[in-house]
Amino acid sequence: MTQAATRARAGDRPSDRLSDETLLKWLSDMQLIREFETRTMQAYQQAKIGGFCHIYTGQEPVAVGTIQSVQPDDPVITAYRDHGHALARGMDPRACMAEMFGKITGCAKGKGGSMHMFDRPHHLYGGHGIVGAQTPLGAGLAFAARYELEVLGTGKKRVCLCYLGDGALDQGAFHEAQNLASLFGLPVIYIVENNGYSMGTAIHRHTANHEHLLDRARGYGIDAVQIDGFDVLRIYDEFKPFADACREDQRPGFVNLITYRYQGHSMSDPQKYRTKEEVERFKEKDGIASLVHHLMSSEDEGGRGCLSEDEWKQMQREIRERVMDAVRFAEESPEPDVETELYSDVFLNPMPHLSPIRDYVHGAPNPLLADDA
Amino acid sequence: MIQYAVDLPEIDFSYAPPREGERVIQFREALREAMSEEMRRDERIFLMGEEVAEYNGAYKVSQGMLDEFGPKRIIDTPISENGFAGLGIAAAMAGLRPIVEFMSWSFSLVAADQILNNAPKMLYMSGGQWGCPIVFRGNDGAGGQLGSTHSWCVEGLYSNVPGMKMVIPSNPYDAKGLLKTAIRDPDPVFFLESERMLGDRAHVPPEEYYIPFGQARLAREGDACTLVSFGRPVNFCLEAGEALSGQGIEVDVLDMRTIRPLDIDAIVRSVQKTNRIVVVDQCWPFASVASEVMAQICEHAFDWLDAPPVRVNTDDVPTPYAKNLEAAYLPNPEKIIRAVTHLVG
Repeated sequence: MTQAATRARAGDRPSDRLSDETLLKWLSDMQLIREFETRTMQAYQQAKIGGFCHIYTGQEPVAVGTIQSVQPDDPVITAYRDHGHALARGMDPRACMAEMFGKITGCAKGKGGSMHMFDRPHHLYGGHGIVGAQTPLGAGLAFAARYELEVLGTGKKRVCLCYLGDGALDQGAFHEAQNLASLFGLPVIYIVENNGYSMGTAIHRHTANHEHLLDRARGYGIDAVQIDGFDVLRIYDEFKPFADACREDQRPGFVNLITYRYQGHSMSDPQKYRTKEEVERFKEKDGIASLVHHLMSSEDEGGRGCLSEDEWKQMQREIRERVMDAVRFAEESPEPDVETELYSDVFLNPMPHLSPIRDYVHGAPNPLLADDA
Repeated sequence: MIQYAVDLPEIDFSYAPPREGERVIQFREALREAMSEEMRRDERIFLMGEEVAEYNGAYKVSQGMLDEFGPKRIIDTPISENGFAGLGIAAAMAGLRPIVEFMSWSFSLVAADQILNNAPKMLYMSGGQWGCPIVFRGNDGAGGQLGSTHSWCVEGLYSNVPGMKMVIPSNPYDAKGLLKTAIRDPDPVFFLESERMLGDRAHVPPEEYYIPFGQARLAREGDACTLVSFGRPVNFCLEAGEALSGQGIEVDVLDMRTIRPLDIDAIVRSVQKTNRIVVVDQCWPFASVASEVMAQICEHAFDWLDAPPVRVNTDDVPTPYAKNLEAAYLPNPEKIIRAVTHLVG
């Protein structure tokens, strides 16, 4: 490790205190998501991935910037556009891709699919398919963390990150969750990944008074901020102190994170509701390109000067190879065995006569828990 | 917080204290005793619901529990079933053992997404990574002139969903033993009580005991016909059995106690003796637990039947308010007697 690689800049922003090495890792994390999603789209078009599939491309700074602002054992839960969070949280790309291929080596043994990414060792509690349904769960994860601390006396101060899209703003579940979180003082941060569309319906057509989203949360007594979600450093600068405060004070938070998805809502979206020009306009603010620029620019130019053109190409090559390896792994992995897997993981404590069809069983151990078995 | 190993209960089910005795308490007290005993044993258990704490329970089931366990473990919620059901589910995933009380299962319908989509499917969707050790409990069935929206019997609707266990006790003794087992079980359990039975009094042993799931109780013995029921209508079957005995007709009354698992073996054994079956179920008839029992008995004991199976359900209309209409709508001993005499005669 060279001296340059560990150097941090002297400055006022929290991100100024991060090492070059850390920022290079974040760039790598974001590029991993982008490359992964590119291959996911290919595999989907080749019909190797089925079902609904929601692509995260464009939103990479959000998952990476927020997750890197908290501890690795803080609980994280999200909706169905979840590949980015899974990878940012540290899920092996092989397990993520194999899940979408419906293979036994997937994170949910091929029983969950694209919308249900779970990773217990990395404290990722899903991947949830029903819009807004994860928001009461986020409150529950925060409740458990606080209960562990105050009743069992065994924990530490945690903060839960609960992601939702702007479409979930309109769900009753989210309003109940906010009320409970505020009432009970639950350390959960609701992060609205506001990409401007609830499927194909623009936000001004689906959320009343949408210019004043923070007022909604404040109406519940929840501290709320808006953060520009295109620059990972800016997210860190603004989100990290916010998350630290929610953790310290053990209370909820609400973040309106402005972002944009480059792809359609799902793989089957013809995107008639927005113009190509609009998409191109947002691509000019691309979070990966801007971080690359920052890392390549010299310190005199306000950058870090810690990444060369060649090193960036090398990073992209290595990530491409890592993702291709994940695709190969997914393709070559066996499907779940019908005899042992169809009727396993339904009950932890199976017993006779739970079903008129046949008895439930225990199947193969989950690949992510294999080290623990 | 994270416990990877499956926390399977080590329970001695062989210990079953006598059902007869002098310690007569109410059904609601038996429920309270089960919860309190388990909460003393395991700090991870908490009770959450509307009016469970400061009000001492809308139906006084949790009376005194706030005093003993404090507000961090006996938790009043707003009227927000979808919210607090989901909160409980995630708390269970994270290693706690919640008991979530619905004042009425009728109100659980607004939490259907959480209790049907998340609780029973989490283990499967996560490929075995996260189970959901939670008990949902509350009043089920017509409470008495509450009208259509407050009189739900959810067992027909909910037992269709794989991934949860369903318990419906008919008496205080079973209520205590079954609820203790439910709290210890690592899977989601739907525990259905009845407002109309909470004041029922019977002997309940003061000591700890557990009743295994999937074992029906033969509550009355006879050879003319098998009566199969669960929850409150079991008591109607026993009344009918008494009356029928006066006419020289002796019936088996099977109290199923759990719907999932369903002790079909006990039903088959009885039918092999009686060759006739009447299923009594306080749900609507279409796609009900009664339908399921009849389907299974046809699959397993068709050749033992001397007559087609018969069901006594509620009538197939929304629950009426008027006293006479509601009485006509619900299963009752007279309807059961009619069904049996028709079948036997």
